[in-house]
Amino acid sequence: MNKVSDDISKDLKDQPKFTTDIGEKDQDHHSFDLGEQTTLKKIQHFLHGNPTIVPVIILILSVIAFGFIAGGKFFSAFNLSLIVQQVTIVGILAAAQTLIILTAGIDLSVAAMMVLASVFMGKLSVEMGVPTLPAIAVGFISGIATGAFNGLLVTRLRLPPFIVTLGTWNIFFALVIFFTGSQSIRSSDIEVNAPLLHFWGERINLGGFVFTYGAFLMIGIFVFLWFLLNKTAWGRHVYAIGDDKEAAELSGIRTDRMLVSIYAVAGLVVAIGAWVSIGRVGSVSPTSFYEGNLDSITAVVIGGTSLFGGRGTIIGSLFGALIVGVFSSGLSIAGLDVLWQRFALGCLIIVAVGIDQWIRKVSA
Amino acid sequence: MQPVLVANKLSKKYGKVVALDSADLELYPGEVLGVIGDNGAGKSTLIKVLCGAVIPDSGEILLDGNKVTFTSPIEARKLGIETVYQNLALSPALSITDNMFLGREIRQKGFMGSFLKFLDKKAMADEARKRLSDLGLLTIQNINQLVETLSGGQRQGVAVARATSFGTKVVIMDEPTAALGVKESRRVLELIGEVRSRGIPIILISHNMPHVFEVADRIHIHRLGTRLCVIDPKKHEMSDAVAYMTGAKQPPKD
Repeated sequence: MNKVSDDISKDLKDQPKFTTDIGEKDQDHHSFDLGEQTTLKKIQHFLHGNPTIVPVIILILSVIAFGFIAGGKFFSAFNLSLIVQQVTIVGILAAAQTLIILTAGIDLSVAAMMVLASVFMGKLSVEMGVPTLPAIAVGFISGIATGAFNGLLVTRLRLPPFIVTLGTWNIFFALVIFFTGSQSIRSSDIEVNAPLLHFWGERINLGGFVFTYGAFLMIGIFVFLWFLLNKTAWGRHVYAIGDDKEAAELSGIRTDRMLVSIYAVAGLVVAIGAWVSIGRVGSVSPTSFYEGNLDSITAVVIGGTSLFGGRGTIIGSLFGALIVGVFSSGLSIAGLDVLWQRFALGCLIIVAVGIDQWIRKVSA
Repeated sequence: MQPVLVANKLSKKYGKVVALDSADLELYPGEVLGVIGDNGAGKSTLIKVLCGAVIPDSGEILLDGNKVTFTSPIEARKLGIETVYQNLALSPALSITDNMFLGREIRQKGFMGSFLKFLDKKAMADEARKRLSDLGLLTIQNINQLVETLSGGQRQGVAVARATSFGTKVVIMDEPTAALGVKESRRVLELIGEVRSRGIPIILISHNMPHVFEVADRIHIHRLGTRLCVIDPKKHEMSDAVAYMTGAKQPPKD
């Protein structure tokens, strides 16, 4: 039915005779009108049903493009595995960030949470003589607690996640400076006192491809979260809350309790990232990963997850992180200045969000 | 015959505004009770009290003759009072199955379900398909379709199927046809008949007189925070109902 006649019939629906007449004649209005669609519309529908396809296509195209631009050096086993190593930390942060963004939230504090957790791990084990495993456990608790703290502020005080995490970003960063006195914990000290902290930085060589254990852990985290989001009620509730919080509440989901648990799980993932980051960087530096917050959001957005919540996939964020890695690596091998890497990344973000908006129009 | 649901002298004040003034309501087995009233008559407060969204200041609610109290729609639902909200309370980006089982998911049996908490997607899809076809909504082909791809009437169908699926004693429907076009409204009215024929009584709140007169067995007219009268739609004209509602005419003495 076209719009005009629809409007007219709405105006007339108070007249019983009219409604009855129309109703009897028309019996097939439950079938779908898929017959007349342009190719563009079909693409739009397809992407709507399969949002992860976009980052996959961008990743493949950018790998091919940089293969041409940067030549064989880009495709070397060393470089490709270096890309994976480089995106490990941002990838893990993006995994945590995805959980928050799926609830229509945003977490500006993930990187600060991570550094705080790594400071606990390093301080306790290297400088205070605590055995390494308990020190790591304290780091995990710190991650869960800081995540839950964000969640509690969001649910109890009804503040927007953007504001809450803008605040806690600064608070966590201040705590990091307080605990460390702006001093880094040196890599050599860690190696002597708590070598286990470097575990995820260990490398293995698979036919020329060099991977850190941390890269495998990152993949493991993504797979685990995929199962959690898609196979459990908890995961479906993450999507339901982001999609329509009020509807989720009326469906019997305890949305506040869920949100706190989501922020806490994200905090735990971030704390795992903290352990991996010590292996990756070697030292614990209070000022490291300062841009990690925004990098993680970039990866999630390029990965096709909607900032409006309820839409997106966890695996998309892995592709998003890899796309960022491929761009930085390819552009630097091609000899372009860092400013052009930034420029390209900026364009990519805007294109990704533009595509997301376009896809979302399907439902309107 | 014992009523399924009875509201006894419910009162609710918001500051100095009296929204409910010792209001009564009875719902009998297998009937559709229309609830109409002018804007501000307190009918939406009455419904919110019955579905658990508002806690009354005084008065009691009896379900199957037993006094019940609830402080949230979730508690009311556990007792068998299901509400189909005007905005339907569906999650558009989730599938039909996900929506029907939202908050009441079925887990897999054994270790996978109890320890890993994996969902039994097949059982849920089968059940959802059965519920929809029971209500004559077989035309929805793909049970894993996202709700946002459905038309307004189909969404209403999913919401109704969800409301009637879990040992329901009473279904409250709030303005089910308000957002729909003519054809879709027709389908929803058929759906209400379908639910009634399965023995589940319905409270239907609507501004649409023709719709109420068409499907309701009795019509509860609410005015100034209380029940003015209950009329039989077969013995009264629509214009009479509007006149009682607005106070232009005195209600009939039983």
